[in-house]
Amino acid sequence: MGFSDADIQAIWLTFRLAGLTTLLLLLIGTPIAWWLARTRSRWKGPVGAVVALPLVLPPTVIGFYLLVAMGPNGPVGQLTQAVGIGLLPFTFWGLVIASVFYSMPFVVQPIQNAIEALGERPLEVAATLRAGPWDRFFSVVVPLARPGFLTAAILGFAHTVGEFGVVLMIGGNIPGATRVVSVQIYDYVEAMEYGQAHWLAMSMVIFSFLVLLAPYTLNPNQRRF
Amino acid sequence: MKTIPKTLTALALLAGACAAQAETVQVAVAANFTAPMKVIAEAFAQDTGHKAEAAYGSTGKFYAQITNGAPFQVFLAADDTTPAKLEDEGMTRPGTRFTYATGTLVLWSADPALIKDGAKVLGRNKFRKLAIANPKTAPYGAAAVEVMKALQVDQMLAPKLVQGENIAQTYQFVSTGNAELGFVALSQVFKDGKITGGSAWVVPAEMHEPIRQDAVILKTGEGNAAANAFMDYLKSDKVKAIIRSFGYEI
Repeated sequence: MGFSDADIQAIWLTFRLAGLTTLLLLLIGTPIAWWLARTRSRWKGPVGAVVALPLVLPPTVIGFYLLVAMGPNGPVGQLTQAVGIGLLPFTFWGLVIASVFYSMPFVVQPIQNAIEALGERPLEVAATLRAGPWDRFFSVVVPLARPGFLTAAILGFAHTVGEFGVVLMIGGNIPGATRVVSVQIYDYVEAMEYGQAHWLAMSMVIFSFLVLLAPYTLNPNQRRF
Repeated sequence: MKTIPKTLTALALLAGACAAQAETVQVAVAANFTAPMKVIAEAFAQDTGHKAEAAYGSTGKFYAQITNGAPFQVFLAADDTTPAKLEDEGMTRPGTRFTYATGTLVLWSADPALIKDGAKVLGRNKFRKLAIANPKTAPYGAAAVEVMKALQVDQMLAPKLVQGENIAQTYQFVSTGNAELGFVALSQVFKDGKITGGSAWVVPAEMHEPIRQDAVILKTGEGNAAANAFMDYLKSDKVKAIIRSFGYEI
């Protein structure tokens, strides 16, 4: 036994989804983490809580509300229809958007922690050396908070690979567009094809273990999670 | 030596007393049978004093759970192959398997104006998404594929198909409007002899293999009076009438 063509398609799709989601999350999550780490606004608490919501909400809740919101009668669905991109459920980009929301805390929180740990001092020193805000961010914050960014990217990627409930709710199980590895495994179990299920599931266990091992191997002296 | 028959008599009496007492049966119920099961469970409690506690889900998942020791005593499956498979594997009480309902497939839309002239809406192909249950795992999904093949629209509609993991999720896709129409179980959109909302085409039974749904008492149901009572109750005319009122054939 081995991977079927459908398995390989699902694996490739999963990596594409997780890769794109991670990239988008680093772009969107970094400013949010930066703001959360440094603001004294009274909105810090509520915004932080909203970002963390997917940590505690069951995927069925997130998936169900995304399905309703992105549907033809939902606010997001009406917006996407109005701007001419149609409806998002059952599409690859629908999954990307859902995953960005769903994996957000896994990216924002490590970056936020890393920035908070830096403190004000390095930034003040950089400012006295006439470094502008962008220069300070890319020359001081990013290198010093590198382990935080690395952890964020790895967790965001791994968590998206492990996504299931949300995909099930809004995916529609379309080969090459929304049938990711976790759904493929679920289908095998449902169809009582346990041999195929084991093959794919065990690969997922090994892959996830290696991914989580990576930050320790790349930088063994620092705590990551 | 006299003590042994006495003990036996006492045990028999005790067993008799237990049997007469109210017991609880845990029933694993196929998702498409959720609505009728709720009505049946209530009537069952009133008529027999026993209690039937139902868990709803997909037949494939129940199969995995039952073979791994799930505490269900009765299984109402969405097909006839899974109970037969369990029987072959010695997981059931032999001779208890029977068809409790035959499912009816319906093409349904939440939009009251969409399905006006039966199957023709499929040929016109003027919709974005058509939802079916996963044909690999759900009998209603397999039946839907048969129907589309019979109508020779399967290849034309293939790019528009979205799959629910079970018939309940398929219904959800259609009822939220994310798919304009879909093949669901008549029991999901039918109550007291009529369609509850939207528009529909009830698929003629001869267009696909019958969706026979079998019930069986599991090994774990041995000696459970409520399990026996529930199976007998399922065969009663009263329950047959309830099952029919939800759009099943018997």
